[in-house]
Parts: sequence; C-alpha cells; structure tokens
Amino acid sequence: MAFLTSWWVYLTIGIIFLYVMVQSIVTLIKARKRAFELGFSKEQINQTITSSMVFSLAPSLAILIGLVALTKVFGSMIAGIRLATLGAVTYELPAAINVINGVFGRNIGDVLTPEMVITAVWVMTLGCIPPLIIIPFFFKKMSLGMKSLREKDQTWNQIMMDALFLGMISAFVGYILAPKTPEGEDPYISILGILVLVTSAALIMLLGFLMKKFKWEWLKNYALPVSMILAMALAIVYAGLGVR
Amino acid sequence: MQDWGYAKMKRTYQDQMHFEGRFWMIGALLLFMSLPLILSLGTGVWPTLQHFIPGFLATAIIFWPVTTIEVFTFSPMLGVGSTYLAFVTGNLTSLKVPAALNAQDALGVEKGTDEGDVISTIAVASSSIITTFIILVGALLIIPLTPFLESAALKPAFDNIIPALFGALGIVYISKRVKIAIIPLIVMMIFFPLVPGSGGLVGIMVPVGVVISIIVARILYKKGMIS
Repeated sequence: MAFLTSWWVYLTIGIIFLYVMVQSIVTLIKARKRAFELGFSKEQINQTITSSMVFSLAPSLAILIGLVALTKVFGSMIAGIRLATLGAVTYELPAAINVINGVFGRNIGDVLTPEMVITAVWVMTLGCIPPLIIIPFFFKKMSLGMKSLREKDQTWNQIMMDALFLGMISAFVGYILAPKTPEGEDPYISILGILVLVTSAALIMLLGFLMKKFKWEWLKNYALPVSMILAMALAIVYAGLGVR
Repeated sequence: MQDWGYAKMKRTYQDQMHFEGRFWMIGALLLFMSLPLILSLGTGVWPTLQHFIPGFLATAIIFWPVTTIEVFTFSPMLGVGSTYLAFVTGNLTSLKVPAALNAQDALGVEKGTDEGDVISTIAVASSSIITTFIILVGALLIIPLTPFLESAALKPAFDNIIPALFGALGIVYISKRVKIAIIPLIVMMIFFPLVPGSGGLVGIMVPVGVVISIIVARILYKKGMIS
C-alpha cells in the first residue's frame, strides 16, 4: 500500500486541491466585484467573508473526524480530497463500506489490498457524479425558468424561497429525533441532541435580544456561529452530567 | 439606448457566470475522474467488473437519485454563482447552504434576487476556502491531530454539530414563517422517531420536506393567509 504515500499520488491530489482553491478564490473575487457594482459597501462584503469563514470553522473540524476514519482505508491525502470535494462524510463512508465490507467482506481498519482500495476509490468517484453532469448541461435552462417564475410574482418568489429553506430545516429537526443505533445496544432517541438543539435556539434568541437592546449590529453576522459553537461546548457539559 | 445597454450588461453578467461555471465544473469532473484513473495506471491495479459492479450498484442506487434531487433542491437556494462552486466543494447541508442563508439574512437581502445571489456566492466561496484549507492541513497533520479529534471529551461536541446548527438556524426561520413550517415539522417529527433506520434517510427526506413546505406555502398564499 506504499502507493498511497507516493509522490505521484501527492502530486495528483495537490493539483486537485489547488484547482478547488483557485476556483473558490476566483469566484470570491468576481462576486466581490459584482457586489460593489450592486451597491454593497466594503464593510458589508468583508463582514460577509469573515462571518462565513468563522461559521465554517466548527463544521470543518467535524469533517476532520470523518477524515480520521477514511484515512484508515485510503491514507490521509486521498481521504482529504474526497472530503474536500463533491460529497460529504455521510456519502463517502457508506460508499467505502459498500465496497470494503459489502464486496470484499472486510472492515475499515483491517489490512486491505490495493485492489480493494482502488475499487473503493472508483466507486466513490462514480457514485456521486450526477451533479457534475447535470449542472453544466441543464442548470442554465433551469435557472432561467426560475428567473421567469420570479419575475411573474415577486411575493410568491420570496415565500417560495423561505419554504425551500423551511423544508430543509424541518427535515434536519426531525432527523435529530431519529433513534441512534450503537453497536450491541438498544436504539435510543438522543436527549443530548434535543437539548443541544434547544440550547442553540435559545442562545440565538438571547443574542438577538442583546443585539436589539444594546444595538450590537456587529453581532448580526456572528450570531449563528457563536450560538452553534457555544451549544457544541455545552454538549460536552451536558454529556459530563450523564445526558446521552 | 441606455435601457438596452443595461439589459445587455445584466445578461452578460449572468451568461458569464454560467459560462465560467460550466468551465470550472467540467474541469473539476475531469480532475476528479483522473484520481482513480491515475491510481490504476500508477499501480497497474484495475477494479474487476465482478467487484466493481456490486459495489457501484449498492452505492449509485441510493446516491444517484439523492445527488440528482439535491441539484434541484439546493440550486434555487444557492443561486447561480454559488451553485457551480458548492457542488464542486460538497458539504452542502452542513456548510454551504447554511453559510449562504446566514449571510443573506445578516445583510437583509432578498433571496432569489441578484443581491441575494452575489452575497450567497461570497459566503459559499469564503466557506469553501476555509474548509479546503482546514481539510488540507488536517490531511497533512493527521498523525498529531488524531488524538485530539478522537478524544472522548470532545466527542459530544462533534457528534452534535447538526442539532447545534439547525437549532439556531431553525428558530430564526421557523419564527419568521410559522404557518408554513408547522406541517413539514410535524411530518418530520413523526417520521424520524417512528421509522426504523430513518437516520440514514435524511438525504431523501430533505426534498420531501421541501415539497411539503412548498405545497403548504402555495395553498396558504392562494388563500391569502400569508404574504
């Protein structure tokens, strides 16, 4: 399995990382320019950049947990590039397990052969390819359709956008109530998860109150990441008190 | 004449976003495909059909429909500029979509407008930069970082990132549109605890939630109960 740390694997993955980084930076520069044209101030744009980066810190660290698991199969560089592109750990891990366990009858952490690892990389790559084909060929048509719908009825457009987000939010709120099934234990609904959900909601409401009361406008951009990180920190406290 | 010039400028910007987005995305597709190809060429090991087909079918049967539906669900939320980037860098539900939503909300811009689109793009690009950087550093420093990432003390925090995110995000949006939110919320809060193995179905249930909330919103809007 020496190939996982060979120079040519590092080079290939280095190029992909560079590509993704350049795409992100070019997109940011162009969007920033467009934002100025649309009348946004430098301060508003910089705050958006900073708050989006701060918000992304905690979820990015959580991705590294998935990185540790996938590194046991693919080495850290292949695992890293799989998690930095296209899917998410919720896709990559089941796809890897489908091959390693489902096809070859091994477990993650076992000694694997190059054939097992390479078959898994092929499956993971091709298993979530549709967006990269659909978007370049059909997204323009779709967005033009959305635009004409928008122009027809502005009020409905705003309601529909809110409804889209609420659909996603309601699915994830429900998901928190899904029973956990640890190996060798009975399924249980995580009280800790519910408590963290409620805590996070209460924290953002408190921050909203403080923003209004003391006119802390600057906090508006950071209310979500601050509530999220504090709720995660309190999860450690709750777990310490025996909540699960 | 001036109107024509303004329309042309607007059209040019949107067209440019699509043109460049397609270029970046097709480039990404080729690069992502090159990784398994180079691994096989470099080692001389190719997957046999006997092993590849069952593994691929087991994965694609779930993730091809899910990722296809994600395009139609998330691209209207993200807007033109950020869709081309967000689907290359992935991690949509825990990072890119909430980042876009938070940024639009903080500046009070309307979603689905040019202003909403550009703020969403800035948020998604900023999020992508920091996430890619953290994952790259994590991959390079995986050995010293593993004890920290796997520490039992931090596990409850990392295990509860979804409740921490959707608690804060949820209360803001639900309180804004309680009438629309109530039915999809009830459906999901009944479905997930009662259906065995529902934890693995969240990818499928997001578009289901979206369809329910849009139907509810449309009915309420037509009846004049929301505006």
